Amino acid sequence: MTKSRNILALLAATTCLAGPAAAQDDDTLKIGLIFTLSGPAAVLGEMGRDGFLLAAEQIGEIGGMKTEIVVMDDEQKPDIAANKARELVERDQVDIVVGPIFSNILGAIVKPVTDSGTILISPNAGPSNLAGADCSRHLFVTSYQNDQMHEVMGAYAQKQGFDNVFLLAPNYQAGKDSLAGFRHSYQGDVAGEIFTQLGQLDYSAELAQIAAMQPDAVFAFMPGGMGVNLVKQYRQAGLETIPFLSAFTVDESTLPAQQDAALGFFGGSNWAPDLDAPGNAEFVAAYEEKFGKVPAVYAMQAYDAAYLIDGALREAGGTADKDALIAALESAPFNSVRGDFSFGPNHYPVQDFYLTKVVQREDGKFATSVVEKIFDDYADNYVGECQMN
Amino acid sequence: MTNLFLLQLLNGMQFGILLFLIAAGLTLVFGIMDFVNLAHGVIYMIGAYLAVTFAQMTGSYGLGLLLTLPATLLIGLLLELLVFRKLYDRPHLDQVLATFGLVMVLTEAVEIIWGAAPLSVRMPDLLSGSVPLVGPMRYPVFRLVVIGAGLVTAAGLWLVITRTRIGMRLRAGATNRAMVSALGVDIRKLFTIIFAFGAMLAGFAGAMVAPILTVDPGMGESVLILAFVVIVIGGIGSVKGAFAGALLVGLVDTLGRSFGPIILRAVMEPSAAAQAGRVLAPMLVYILMAAILAARPAGLFGART
Amino acid sequence: MRLIPNRAWAATILFTAFAVLPFLAVALDDSYLVVIASRILCYAIAALALDLILGYGGMVSFGHAAYLGIGAYAVAILSRAGITDLGLHMLAAIAAAAVFALVTGAISLRTRGIYFIMITLAFAQMAYFFFVSLSAYGGDDGVTLNARSTLFGQTILEDDTALYYTVLVLLIGLYLLAVAITRSRFGRVLTGARENPVRMQAIGFSPFRYQLTAFIISGCMTAIAGVMLANQTSYVSPAFMNWHRSGELVVMVVFGGIGNLLGAVAGATIALLLEEWLAVLTEHWPLLFGLILVLVVLYSRDGLSGLFRGRR
Repeated sequence: MTKSRNILALLAATTCLAGPAAAQDDDTLKIGLIFTLSGPAAVLGEMGRDGFLLAAEQIGEIGGMKTEIVVMDDEQKPDIAANKARELVERDQVDIVVGPIFSNILGAIVKPVTDSGTILISPNAGPSNLAGADCSRHLFVTSYQNDQMHEVMGAYAQKQGFDNVFLLAPNYQAGKDSLAGFRHSYQGDVAGEIFTQLGQLDYSAELAQIAAMQPDAVFAFMPGGMGVNLVKQYRQAGLETIPFLSAFTVDESTLPAQQDAALGFFGGSNWAPDLDAPGNAEFVAAYEEKFGKVPAVYAMQAYDAAYLIDGALREAGGTADKDALIAALESAPFNSVRGDFSFGPNHYPVQDFYLTKVVQREDGKFATSVVEKIFDDYADNYVGECQMN
Repeated sequence: MTNLFLLQLLNGMQFGILLFLIAAGLTLVFGIMDFVNLAHGVIYMIGAYLAVTFAQMTGSYGLGLLLTLPATLLIGLLLELLVFRKLYDRPHLDQVLATFGLVMVLTEAVEIIWGAAPLSVRMPDLLSGSVPLVGPMRYPVFRLVVIGAGLVTAAGLWLVITRTRIGMRLRAGATNRAMVSALGVDIRKLFTIIFAFGAMLAGFAGAMVAPILTVDPGMGESVLILAFVVIVIGGIGSVKGAFAGALLVGLVDTLGRSFGPIILRAVMEPSAAAQAGRVLAPMLVYILMAAILAARPAGLFGART
Repeated sequence: MRLIPNRAWAATILFTAFAVLPFLAVALDDSYLVVIASRILCYAIAALALDLILGYGGMVSFGHAAYLGIGAYAVAILSRAGITDLGLHMLAAIAAAAVFALVTGAISLRTRGIYFIMITLAFAQMAYFFFVSLSAYGGDDGVTLNARSTLFGQTILEDDTALYYTVLVLLIGLYLLAVAITRSRFGRVLTGARENPVRMQAIGFSPFRYQLTAFIISGCMTAIAGVMLANQTSYVSPAFMNWHRSGELVVMVVFGGIGNLLGAVAGATIALLLEEWLAVLTEHWPLLFGLILVLVVLYSRDGLSGLFRGRR
């Protein structure tokens, strides 16, 4: 008897959950943001979200339309992300989805979003398959192709005449892609190549090997907490005389923890807070004022995504004509805070890449700083495989 | 090669001792109170965060470390009073679940208070250098301090448990609770003390690693499973076992990582060896645990099942 | 003593409610309802499977997510090889899960209590890291499934509602199977082995063989859930077998009340709805979810259904 009451309660809970389906309203622009907002990697997701919302606040009515923004947390779990994406598309009926940070999450949401004809803008993840064979008309990437930051460092190592570089990356897909990217533009010898465990805490075993080999330089890809551990331990092991080249290892998301341990360490990037480009100084200042920290690329790329949407909507005259909107997006009608920016035929950016270095600013905060331009108007290596349909 | 091997041996030991610092409190609570505490890793994390905060407030890592100890002791007392006390007589499953819930609550609370971005603490200049070892190889001073702290903790625990009156009560309480309380020992108070002490040990471990590891909301979880592997291998409740288990895990993990591929290369072609090494390295610790439990279902030094 | 007809009643109501849900979705013009309900049903199958060994056999497996992953990867690997039939996916998943369960179960069942919890966790971690290293299938990035499994050569599962009913039929079938198992001689031996292994041994039953068989059956059922979950998500990655997922499965069983197969189904529903609902409420939903979990464990020995019933 009581049991059946439970079930009624359950049913009631289910129906509560069924929110009223959003009425299609052509004057309102609905944008769904999907970022990793919980768990250890939340800091990156928060930067992405904050960067986008900052731009949205500055613009006011994006594309001259009444704007509604729904924010979702993907929890960095692909299956949850896939469901959240479908919720955005089917229940909230958003016009555009912006997100996520991680490639595996993008892999999980790209099908549900683009199958429904909704436009998806990735402000960070840029996996190779979506740049090449699996490219989609409805997907735009405002960041980079994943290999490119590593190619920058490979090119720099080549240019410096290093011929004995030690490579270090976590044992997972992005780690393998990273070392492949580095080798793509580096022809010298490899002193050693180690794949560490994902989430590894202690790098003394690897650092001991580096000390024993004394390579010309070390190239590391250690995102997030792993990078903090590695950089601190690298400095403590007394290896700072060996140049430390990296990608996604020393940036504004990890520098508050690495601090002076990372001073002078090199990275490859498509941007840095002190990059001399129109609007960049204003963006960095506004972000710092609002959120109290120095933005990293994740914030910048999402900020750009908002202005991209704004520009394209104004050109296409709203969301009604999808084909016109896609055509408008392709022409990238906005001023990126990183300067030169255009889309290749695969909807991945063609942009400049820089060597950056960690510095302490006058206000005491740590940030990356542009050293020199490595690539000019650089496109990715997969664009040829893309047959846009 | 021999030099490198010796150095890696040292590294493996040091990683093991780091794990022991974390596992010591866990095995104490687990062994004596028969209580599964998944929230141990979170307390370790809170210890690290508090050390960062206190170090910033006082401007000294040493003072921060000292302040962290009573603070985590207090947190331990509070948790014991609010939650754990009600769970002592429950099956392990209930304990696992309630503390799993606590992990979610405390991790999120840490994220709300300190934010999701990783933090760090500056280590004292005195300990921040490295000492020359052999050839171009150097060893960080702070690592030696961690090794020292681990050894002192191990020795201290061993002394307390085997040589003091309270240690005797603890051992008696673990063997037969009813008998000990019949003899007039306030077993509840005893448990409260052990629990708070266990929390303090976790906080101490967190504060000790704060200068070398990242302090972020994921740090508790990343060591929790390893700490459990350590105490399960060693035999639950045995401090000696935890020490042996921690060293074993540290050595197998470190040596396996650096020499596994080299050994594999001797028996198969290089590309296959590299591939196999990559697949096997992260599984090594778990294979070790499964093998030990298959041979000795109660761990190396475990008596009870 | 619970009255059996009462349970049959409750089961009928619960499953009927699930059966009419797609109509509700049409009426409310909310197709997402079917999406989330399919996900709930997949987890309900897994929770049911876990309850079979946890509730009746006393085996607290903290590594059941591994079987979800094995089922999911069976779909990914076979689809890549051009085999798209759902039946074949199921067979492969069941076979792989049975082998994994046989090997790991035979070792794990030598241990008791917390050691069992930890060793099942260790085996699941091994499976997790194995798939993380599996470059051919995207490593930890996972693989996107371009199409769902086919049923008798038809692509009807592409339709969300068809997929939903397929999962529901599977759930009901497996539920009935599980009930039959618990009522059989086999089930009674299993329960006996949990209560008093020595006595069972004394009257001539080897608890080990019964427990191992139950462990394998449970693993295979969970793999079926994995096959359907992969189809529902159209995506497969090692995250399916993360240890958190194993914990969540145990939470579902406990929410519904242990050793009460229907409770596992209700528990999965409650846990996932709660998560969904709390996430709407606040970004810091794990705080609330954890709090609820602690309170349920502290104050209800019978899961949430026990809370509704009041304390006994």
